[in-house]
Amino acid sequence: MIRSHVLICGGTGCTSSGSPAIREHLENELKKQGLDEEIKVVQTGCFGLCALGPIMIVYPEGTFYSSVTEEDVTEIVSEHLLKGRPVERLVYNPKSEEAPHGVTSLSETPFYKSQMRIALRNCGVINPEEIDEYIALDGYVALGKVLTEMTPQEVIDLVKASGLRGRGGAGFPTGTKWQFAANNEADEKFVVCNADEGDPGAFMDRSVLEGDPHAVLEAMAIAGYAIGGTHGYIYVRAEYPIAVKRLKIAIDQAREYGLLGKNIFGTKFDFDIDIRLGAGAFVCGEETALLTSIEGFRGEPRNKPPFPAVKGLFAKPTIINNVETLANIPQIIVKGPEWFASMGTDCSKGTKVFALGGKINNTGLVEIPMGTTLRQILFEIGGGIPNGKKFKAAQTGGPSGGCIPEEHLDTPIDYENLKAIGSMMGSGGLIVMDEDNCMVDVARFFLEFTVDESCGKCTPCRIGTRRLLEMLNKITEGNGTLEDLDKMEELCHYITNNALCGLGQTAPNPVLSTLKYFRKEYEAHVVDKRCPAGVCKKLLHYVIDPNKCTGCTLCARRCPVSCIAGKVKEPHVIDQSKCIKCGACMENCKFGAISKK
Amino acid sequence: MKSLQELAEIREKMKGKVALREGQNGIRVVVGMATCGIAAGARPVLNTLVEEVEKQGLSEKATVSQTGCIGICRLEPIVEVFEPGKEKVTYVKMTPEKAKQVVSEHIKGGRPVYEYTIGEK
Repeated sequence: MIRSHVLICGGTGCTSSGSPAIREHLENELKKQGLDEEIKVVQTGCFGLCALGPIMIVYPEGTFYSSVTEEDVTEIVSEHLLKGRPVERLVYNPKSEEAPHGVTSLSETPFYKSQMRIALRNCGVINPEEIDEYIALDGYVALGKVLTEMTPQEVIDLVKASGLRGRGGAGFPTGTKWQFAANNEADEKFVVCNADEGDPGAFMDRSVLEGDPHAVLEAMAIAGYAIGGTHGYIYVRAEYPIAVKRLKIAIDQAREYGLLGKNIFGTKFDFDIDIRLGAGAFVCGEETALLTSIEGFRGEPRNKPPFPAVKGLFAKPTIINNVETLANIPQIIVKGPEWFASMGTDCSKGTKVFALGGKINNTGLVEIPMGTTLRQILFEIGGGIPNGKKFKAAQTGGPSGGCIPEEHLDTPIDYENLKAIGSMMGSGGLIVMDEDNCMVDVARFFLEFTVDESCGKCTPCRIGTRRLLEMLNKITEGNGTLEDLDKMEELCHYITNNALCGLGQTAPNPVLSTLKYFRKEYEAHVVDKRCPAGVCKKLLHYVIDPNKCTGCTLCARRCPVSCIAGKVKEPHVIDQSKCIKCGACMENCKFGAISKK
Repeated sequence: MKSLQELAEIREKMKGKVALREGQNGIRVVVGMATCGIAAGARPVLNTLVEEVEKQGLSEKATVSQTGCIGICRLEPIVEVFEPGKEKVTYVKMTPEKAKQVVSEHIKGGRPVYEYTIGEK
C-alpha cells in the first residue's frame, strides 16, 4: 500500500540537469531499503522552477527539494522517506520573511503564490505517461460532456463566451475562429495543433506537451466535434524529443481507451490524431507555412485570404490552435465560461504562461492572470535581477516582439496593452535584460535570427531584413551615421506593411521598439562611437590604469595574443591595434587596474 | 470508452491514488518513525494506517505521514492525530490491530479510542 509519492520532474530542464539518473537511483535505493511497496516514484512534467532543477517533491508532506543530486538520494530515502525527517539542506528556501525555516508549503512561496495555473494545472502533478492519472483529475470529463450533452454550436458559443484568445501570439478570439470553420461546408475538416514553438527562450508549449499531453488531445477532439472535423494533426518540432515521445504514448493510451477513434463515448463522433514532426524552421510556426509543411511541401507561407478556416489543410476548412490555447479548453468546458471570463482584463481573459529567461533569478515557467504587471512577474515571482544589477528592459514576443523599458513595467499585461507599447504578447517568451545588455546588440541578435529564418518567398522579408541587419552591424561596428537611424526606421515600416506573413511583418519590431525607447544608446554608438553597456566589441577598449597596475605581469601572461607589454613591477600597456577584446586580462587582474571603455 | 459511466469508474478508482498529492488537508495522522519507533514496530503500524485509510475511502479526508522521534521512546510506536480545531490525540504502544481500530473509530467515526491514548494506563 502506497503511503507516499515522490514526484520527480521529467521536463526537459530537469532532464538535462540529471533527473532521470536520480529517479533510477531512487528506485534502486527504495528497493534496497525495502520501501518500494510503500513509496511510489512518479515522473511528472515541469514544475516551473527550472533554475533550481532537478526538482523533487515528497507527498503527503509536500516537501519541495531543489537542486537534488544523485549523492543526495540515499540520505533522502533513509532520513525522510523512512524516518520522516526532511533533509533540510535540500529544501527549497525562497528566503522570504514568511518562511524563515525554508520548509514551506509550495503554494506559499513567492514564486508560486501569485501564479494561477490553468494551462499548467497538471504539470508537475500527474505522470504524463499515465492516462489514468489525467482521468483522476477530471480528464476527459469535458469531452464526455460535450459529446453527450451539447450541440457543436453550443460548444462554440461557450468558447466564445469565455473570451479565450489565441495564445500563440496574435490573440485572435478562439470561438470566432471555430465558428468560421464550422460555417464552411466541406466533406472533411481538420483540427491542427500548432506546437512549432520557435521563439528563442520560449518553452511554454513544450512544457504543456511534456507535462499534460492528454489535455491537448482532449481539446483537439472537442474542437473537432465543434467544427465537424474527424481528424487532427499535431505539428511539433523534432527538437522536442520528450514532448514527442509523451504525445505518442498519450495518443496510444487514448486510442486504447477509445477516447480517440470511432464512436467515442458511444456516440457517432469519430476523431483521431496524428503527429507531424517539424524540422525546426521558425517560419513553420506561421499557420499557412505550417499547413504547407504538413502537406509535404517546403514550409512557406501562403497569402491570406483565403484563411485556413475557409481553405486550409489540403484545401479543406481547418482550425489551427496553439498548444496553450487548447490546454485551456477542457477547463473552460468543465468549469464554465463565466469562471474563465472572471479572470483577466476587459479584452484579455484567463491566464498566460510565460517562460522567464535571461537576467532573472527564477528562470522558469510561470502562469499568471492577464492584467498582472510586468513588475510583479519579474520582481515578485521572478525574484528580480541577479547580482544586484539594474533592470534595463524586458523582451516579450521573441523575434516578433519588442523591448519594454522600465517606465512601462507597471503596464498590466494583455494583448492590447503590449501592442500599444510597441511589443506583443507573442507566445510567451520573456527575456530580461540588465544594464550589461546593449540594446543595439539585442536588436541585432533578433535580426540575425529572422534573417536566418526568413523563408525567402517574399522580397520585403528576404531582402529587407538583411538590409536592416547590415545597418545594425554597421552601427555596432562604429561606422553608422544618424542618417542610418532614420533609414532604418523607414525600412522597418516598409517591411511591416509589405511582408507576406507574420514573420516578416513583425520582424522589425525589435528594431523599432529599441529605437523608440533606447535611441540614446543608438546615438552613443553612432555619434560618440561608444557602446554604453560595453558589449559591442569593435567599440570597446581595454585600458590599464597606470596608478593601479603593480606590474605583476599576470595579464601579459594571460593575454592570448600577447598584446600587453611592460617590465616587471612597472605599469603595463595594452597594444590596441592587436587587442582582440577577449577580456581575459580584466578577469585575471587582481588589482582592478584594467577597465573597459 | 463507450460511456461516461466507464470514465467515472476509472476516475473514482484513481482519485484516492492521486489525492495524496494535494498535500495535507483535514486530518493528519503522524507516526513516529525514528530509530526508536522503527525498533518498536512502527513500520507495520504505518503501513496498516495507510492501507486502512485508503480501504475505508478516507484518502481525501486524512493523510498519513511519518515524523522523527517524538521524545517518549519507551511508549513507541506512537501515533499522533491532528485535526484542525481540535486538540491533538496521542496514541502510544500501537500495533497494527490497534491502528485499524483507530482508523475506523477515530478517523472515520470521529471518536478517539481513549484506551490507547497516552493518558490512559
